[in-house]
Amino acid sequence: MTLRKTLTAALLGSAMLAAPASAEEFKFAFQGDASTMDPHGLFETFTLGFQRNVYEGLVARNGKMEMIGALAESWENTSPNVWTFNLRKGVKFHNGNDMKADDVAFSVERINSEGSDLKTVASLIKDVKVVDDYTVELHTPAPNPILPLQLEIFYIMDKEWSEENGTTEATSVAGGDEGNFANLNANGTGPFKLESRQTGVKTVLVKNDDYWGEMASNVTKAIFTPIDQDATRVAALISGDVHLAWPIPVQDWKRLESADGVAPLTGPEARTIFLGFNQEDDELATSDIKGENPFKDVRVRQAFMHAIDIEAIKKKIMRGSATPAGLMIAPQINGFNASQNDRLAFNVEGAKQLLADAGYPDGFEVTMDCPNDRYVNDEKICQASASMLAKIGVKVNLLAQTKSKYFGKVLAQNDYDTDFFLLGWTPSTFDAHNVMSALISCRGGDDNLGAFNLGGYCNPAINALTAMVQSESNQEMRQKMIEVAFHIHKQEVGHIPLHQQPLSWGVSEKVDVIQRPDNIFDLRDAVVK
Amino acid sequence: MTDATNTRRVPRTRIGRFFDSDIWYSFIRSPLVILSALICIAFFVATIFAPWVAPHNPFDLAAIDLMDSSLPPSWLEDSDPRFLLGTDDQGRDILSTIIYGARISLMVSLAAVAFSMVLGITLGLISGYVGGRTDAIIMRVADVQLAFPAILIAMLIDGVVRGLLPREMHSDVAIYVLIFAIGISGWVQYARTVRGSTLVEKNKEYVQAARVIGIGPITILWRHVLPNVTGPVLVIATIHLAIAIITEATLSFLGVGVPPTTPSMGTLIQVGQDYLFSGEWWITIFPGIALAVLVLAINLFGDWLRDALNPKLR
Repeated sequence: MTLRKTLTAALLGSAMLAAPASAEEFKFAFQGDASTMDPHGLFETFTLGFQRNVYEGLVARNGKMEMIGALAESWENTSPNVWTFNLRKGVKFHNGNDMKADDVAFSVERINSEGSDLKTVASLIKDVKVVDDYTVELHTPAPNPILPLQLEIFYIMDKEWSEENGTTEATSVAGGDEGNFANLNANGTGPFKLESRQTGVKTVLVKNDDYWGEMASNVTKAIFTPIDQDATRVAALISGDVHLAWPIPVQDWKRLESADGVAPLTGPEARTIFLGFNQEDDELATSDIKGENPFKDVRVRQAFMHAIDIEAIKKKIMRGSATPAGLMIAPQINGFNASQNDRLAFNVEGAKQLLADAGYPDGFEVTMDCPNDRYVNDEKICQASASMLAKIGVKVNLLAQTKSKYFGKVLAQNDYDTDFFLLGWTPSTFDAHNVMSALISCRGGDDNLGAFNLGGYCNPAINALTAMVQSESNQEMRQKMIEVAFHIHKQEVGHIPLHQQPLSWGVSEKVDVIQRPDNIFDLRDAVVK
Repeated sequence: MTDATNTRRVPRTRIGRFFDSDIWYSFIRSPLVILSALICIAFFVATIFAPWVAPHNPFDLAAIDLMDSSLPPSWLEDSDPRFLLGTDDQGRDILSTIIYGARISLMVSLAAVAFSMVLGITLGLISGYVGGRTDAIIMRVADVQLAFPAILIAMLIDGVVRGLLPREMHSDVAIYVLIFAIGISGWVQYARTVRGSTLVEKNKEYVQAARVIGIGPITILWRHVLPNVTGPVLVIATIHLAIAIITEATLSFLGVGVPPTTPSMGTLIQVGQDYLFSGEWWITIFPGIALAVLVLAINLFGDWLRDALNPKLR
């Protein structure tokens, strides 16, 4: 009898466990982890995109990429150098504290702290003035008509919470700062609270029942798992372990189409992939040519561009899913002009001739830096470029490595240690000015431009145009200036734009999601059917 | 006339004696072993003469064309007769890549086996001949190492070396590190066998006689003991070669082996794994088959060699 009772109890217990939970669970996987939970720790699309489920900025973009108010209800350019934001009333942080103007001022202070990777945002704000609890003024160093656009990824933290937990300074992802409280804990105003986090393994979010806003999502619990192996990620999606996985290797789209219950969700991404050259140093560290830098000669750069068969890359590596580019910005970006988007034609003989004219008839040797887990098929594109350049006599030694090591080598923190590299860029503001200031302006000047101009391409005219574009409010004039800047950059082949890569998600039929052109997945739009 | 048919003459030359031996007799009576030996020989010849045997040079970047990438084997639709087993994602001929890849796999494995052998035999001889505390220390080290799987030791060494060296040097030294890692993980078998044989031999009268007339220990070990242990060592080496090939492939598959610019078979299988879902099975299946066939052939040959050299099994 006792045994039977025990058995019955056990059966009942397991039946209860197996019963479908009323909670709507949403599981998703990406190729890497969000590097930190600290909203000011790393300026990277995926990390910031993940954090926006927990934290919010003054403004935001909705699923249609329209600018909407988030923590700010309205904003106004009250004088040329001043933007006034009226904050939303009654918004609470997850710990119950009210969100007030103090918190905005505190957050501005925090992105200026040492470990912050949002210094580019910090440089836009000269001063912050708290007018009353729900009004705050941001003062800019120069007139800046596009400031709200540039603040989307600037998230607001709770001043009291940060002070209580000793995290008034941003976590430095460069290392040594993992103990920072905000690195593993979060207290935002967003629709989801951080329930638990195991770095590199699993992060669980639960719904914030007191969320101020309305959203389409019915998700009550979201489980995020990083899966770095492409094949494993696809298998997890097909077997139903996750509802959403990205990126899906482009060659697996057909496989997803033929599988039951899942489908690929694809579209053009606003990210432009390009190659860049070291044009700063007088000698390339990794080349067999000594005493001079071949990349300083525009004919060499033109030769490289002529040698790249972009259609082959599109057809074979990207399986037809990329959009070849002639400009450093994608068609979705404000400032794009289709008539400028043509490329130097694929022409091996012409490329050889140009190299010979420049004095390198037998080519030369150079090392190429490439990430192998950051962009769609990044390493394969680098390998293919190496073999295309081999045909004009240039011997490329490929150094492909994981993104943390790659960025650690080529970025400003390591003194731009690269001679030839592949990089991708999405302007977070969706405006050409972002590309002009970060990628193609001369670096190292007082204007703080060119922070991600890894090769040190330099034409002062572009810096001047960038400053003019920043404060120009006449749209027609602004567009003209952008076009002139890109024209100069194109003539000088400052970089070799390759293509815009595709967005490549795999989605279960059990859920609805919205795919944004910046490759950010927002849980606010996720619906479990 | 009758003499020649009734009594066997003992051939005088070495080769003649070999063809007259029990081993040769056992060899030609077993078709499976002949097949294994032929496969091994074919692999060795193909890899040694790779530049002449392979239809393309997959490591010459200027010769590969991206437009030839991902072509299926030549008997399927949309294929190109130039590429018998199809091409990989960069347009490299799979057949040529297998041949060149096997070259690297075999080179690393042979070098690792040689390294293990030298280390194991030396330590085994010392341990068996000197005895006492030296013997105890060497054998306890061996016992401890036996408790760890070989692949774990190889990964450990690989990881430590990678941590110590700057990233730029990795591709230059990767192959040597790999040889060292695989070699060091396999010496125990040799040492134990050699020590056992040495213990037996050193008390035999001929060794004692040699010692009495004043021959030094090194000469005794080299001239008298070593020849008596070559049989078992040869058997272990053959089996170990198969294990070394698998270990190398595993390490390369995990991305800690040879650099991807000079793919071995393990690297090839790993590259192809990304394309299994998309139906491009040939990138990973053919190198996989080649690896399996090579290892099986070596194992069969090694098994036969063990039986043939063991008088108790005859």
